[in-house]
Amino acid sequence: MKATVHVMLKTGVLDPQGEAVRHALGALGFDGVNGVRQGKVIELDLAEGTSAADVEAMCERLLANTVIESYRVDMP
Amino acid sequence: MKAAVVVFPGSNCDRDLAVAFKAAGAEVEMVWHKDTDLPAGIDIVGVPGGFSFGDYLRCGAIAANSPICRAVKTHADRGGYVLGVCNGFQVLTETGVLPGALLRNAGLKYICKTVRLRVETEMSDYLSGYGKGDEIDIPIAHHDGNYFADEETLMRLRGGDRIAFTYVDNPNGSCHDIAGILSENRRVLGMMPHPERAADLGHGGTDGQALFRALAGQLTAA
Repeated sequence: MKATVHVMLKTGVLDPQGEAVRHALGALGFDGVNGVRQGKVIELDLAEGTSAADVEAMCERLLANTVIESYRVDMP
Repeated sequence: MKAAVVVFPGSNCDRDLAVAFKAAGAEVEMVWHKDTDLPAGIDIVGVPGGFSFGDYLRCGAIAANSPICRAVKTHADRGGYVLGVCNGFQVLTETGVLPGALLRNAGLKYICKTVRLRVETEMSDYLSGYGKGDEIDIPIAHHDGNYFADEETLMRLRGGDRIAFTYVDNPNGSCHDIAGILSENRRVLGMMPHPERAADLGHGGTDGQALFRALAGQLTAA
């Protein structure tokens, strides 16, 4: 079973990488982009019996730093 | 004073930190990240700079979950002294020993240069060799040194006189120009600049020496 964890910087935390990407898009002539936020996607290949609560604990303890990041878990 | 310096895979300032402690008169033991206990009778733990575990996931995140870091956290919780420099500061925020987090530099570039810091408080065993308001030159070398904390935490740091150093000319976008902070009991210091790289005439500057000497003076007396 697969789970996908999306980790993003929280709203209000400056994302200089996202800003740089937005500038680069503007330089390419894509002027319809108001903002870019860059995050990361972590795919977990889970053993049978691993619960959503386990994945939640993984996010809290390691995968995200909740001081600056929020996360979302997609599990089928 | 007895110091332990933690070594992670990817640490690269561990020996520099050990040399700075020794020059101030400390006995130093190196401890490996897989060790589960600190040596007996340790006064202070140094968490050095470098790129522990290749900075994978987030700087300091994997190191923060290593066996030795549980011992370091217990040491800090018991009122022990801990000095975290650069990657060591990142590790201490990831373990929750110090508040906040270190983000990518606002200008996105890795910065390696000597910067001017302002000493914001002398009320600390690390800082009693300086005067409040002193300006000192200490090297930085980091890609993720942009200190971030929510407004409430920043107010708590400021209100508690827990900001140790600020940048005179903020190089990385840190909130409130913060370069280093103290724990509530003032025994844990985390800082992005490298005092151990300004602790010998051969380094081209000795402004970091006072930190190690003050510490040795306090901890040897105790």
